[in-house]
Amino acid sequence: MKFFPLVLANLRRHTLRTILTIISVALALFLFASLQTVTTTIANGANFGSAKRLVTLNATGLTFTLPISYANRMQAVHGVEGVTWANWFGGKYGDGKTFFATFAVDPKSYLEMYPEMIVPPDQKEAFLRDRGAAMVGPKLMDQFGWKLGQNVTMQGTIFPGDWTFTIRAIYKPSDPAIGDNVFMFHYDYFDERVGRIGQAGWYVLRIDNPNNAAQIAKAIDDQFRNSSTPTKTGTEKAFNASFATMWGNVSLLMGTIGLAVVFAILLVTANAMMMGARERTREVAVLKTVGFSDRSLFTLVMVESGFIAITGAILGLGGAKLLYRSTNFNAMGFLPGFDVTTNTLALGATVALLLMVASGVVPALRAARLPVVQALRQVG
Amino acid sequence: MKIPFNYNLRSVLERPASTAFTAVGIGLVVAVFIGMLALANGFRVALARTGSDSNVLVLRKGADAELSSGIDRQTASVIATSPHIAIGTDGKPMMSPEVFVLVPLTRSNVGTDTTQIANVVVRGISEKAWDVRANVVVTDGHKPVSGRAEVCLGAKIAGRFRGANIGEKLRFAGRDWDVVCRFTAGGSAFESEVWGENEQFMPVFRGQVFQSVSFRLKDPAAFEEAKRQIESDKRIQVDAHREAQFYRDQSKVLGSILTILAVLITSIMAVGAIFGAVNTMYAAVSGRTPEIAVLLTLGFHPRSVMACFLVESAIIAAIGGIVGCIMALPINGVVANTINWASFSEIAFSFRVTPGLLLAGFIFAVVMGVLGGFFPARRAAKLPVVQALR
Repeated sequence: MKFFPLVLANLRRHTLRTILTIISVALALFLFASLQTVTTTIANGANFGSAKRLVTLNATGLTFTLPISYANRMQAVHGVEGVTWANWFGGKYGDGKTFFATFAVDPKSYLEMYPEMIVPPDQKEAFLRDRGAAMVGPKLMDQFGWKLGQNVTMQGTIFPGDWTFTIRAIYKPSDPAIGDNVFMFHYDYFDERVGRIGQAGWYVLRIDNPNNAAQIAKAIDDQFRNSSTPTKTGTEKAFNASFATMWGNVSLLMGTIGLAVVFAILLVTANAMMMGARERTREVAVLKTVGFSDRSLFTLVMVESGFIAITGAILGLGGAKLLYRSTNFNAMGFLPGFDVTTNTLALGATVALLLMVASGVVPALRAARLPVVQALRQVG
Repeated sequence: MKIPFNYNLRSVLERPASTAFTAVGIGLVVAVFIGMLALANGFRVALARTGSDSNVLVLRKGADAELSSGIDRQTASVIATSPHIAIGTDGKPMMSPEVFVLVPLTRSNVGTDTTQIANVVVRGISEKAWDVRANVVVTDGHKPVSGRAEVCLGAKIAGRFRGANIGEKLRFAGRDWDVVCRFTAGGSAFESEVWGENEQFMPVFRGQVFQSVSFRLKDPAAFEEAKRQIESDKRIQVDAHREAQFYRDQSKVLGSILTILAVLITSIMAVGAIFGAVNTMYAAVSGRTPEIAVLLTLGFHPRSVMACFLVESAIIAAIGGIVGCIMALPINGVVANTINWASFSEIAFSFRVTPGLLLAGFIFAVVMGVLGGFFPARRAAKLPVVQALR
């Protein structure tokens, strides 16, 4: 450690060059972390889901509905503890440029089904009591500057016309994958306005024992197999995973770009390190003459490249983490719960370490193996 | 006097490792730049080619997508009476009331993993749709016969889903459909769809409603009149869209996300690469101090020395640009698939690497090189000769 001042002096020799190298490492790791987080956010959405919840859809496809009368029949299936349902509403607010999900839900059973949505008791009470009430995610409140108790009017795209709701509750998602930008209102209000069609978009069931999920799902589907609207039941996890797969090969794309970024910067940094070391040939020779061992010279150069890589990593990875957390970024609503995970940070740190080794080892070896006499003569 | 170009070339080649490192670094940036824009490009083209300027798409009033629209038979027959619809050779109006639904299909390359499904557009068309949509061409097999449970697959669907090959059976809506043909549509979004007869699909899906009506304009210039005539008809509540414009709008969200992403990622990368170029050139300048001093002593103007280093940096970057273009070329035509949030369905499209994009990538590289070379070149030009020689 006593040579630390020497390392610092070396780094300060070309302050600008050192700073540029650190910044390019930081930018590379920032990009790497961002791209990686797209992948992990999509995967996280796919992994969300309680093992105790099943989702039942119309077997024809997710845009088709199911009769509301199925609720009671599902409740009666052995092993089913609770049933709730929701409808996709497809509302637009304002200029319609911000995408967010709007559901008509059966309020009481829905909140019971999802303890992950935390609502203050007084707001919950107010939401349940008022038929025209809406429950909204905190992100939407920020985005549109809404206040509790405010009336908001949405344009229906599937169900035409102006729909006005009063915001009575704000939920807080305890699991980021649940999304902080969902708009929910009473199914009953919806059904009445569209003319009592008695249709649910999908059902969510809570079962007593996750181990029986397959049997219960089969029992439900069997019950409706020969009806006019057959069902398809699966675990909530599988349901969410099917959404994640719709992103197609976006994840692969992001991963590939991430690798290209890291590799590009690796080349550039390694090059800068090597060129920096080359012009110091004479100095290394002097150090050796003074009595520095080969090993300590190797260490000196490695420490120098390590300093650059680690500072860059802290700036880049830390910057990504802080930036996305503080701005609550969610890609215009498409990627709820966008947050750099610990795994991504660890992966980024590993990349930085590799960077340090790859860019430091050649110059360090060269310094260690330098034949003193020749080096001194050549330059002197 | 100018320093001969040959000098630059040889000094670049003198240090092959360092040149290669910087060039490949810049090349990767260029490759990502071209790749991302090729993706955005491919997506735009897919949707821009979907519609035709001479076609009109009629949806229910307020509906912003075919999926959220609904048009009953009566409305469709009112639209059919519009004098603006072109008449086909058989004397019938060239229009197609269409059923538009999403069905979950299982991807074919995933074995038994049933979560690997995608929502694919199934479009129920009338016999006339093949004429209304001029860019749709059946390449294999025969068109579905009216009254039979037969479907035709878009070229980008074929083979990617279970049962999605001619002669096989595709299962959706609780029954099997014979796949009898395959069509191309100039790389448009139609190629990600399954087409069948509307009268077959109507009963198995949503009952007696269509989702949209498409027709060919008698006079393509008369769109505004046709729109006014149809929208002002008191018997029906519909919006008329120019088909091409409608699909272009559908590509807006994802198209701009892709472009923003491309610009964002590449500009961050570019900053990193420029810094890299700066470092390399600085190191080159300080490594060649005596050489530069000699040049200056010989009487070369500092400006020439500066130009010399700028050219050298540009050469390295240009090599990088070429490397990047070569790396990006193989992705041309590779099929990417993702969800188009505007219609909630899967869309497959090809990366499109165009000559313009390659040129842009090359220029981008040279600009990076010149920017990165500027300060080091200036330092070289300003070297104090006496001190440098010593």
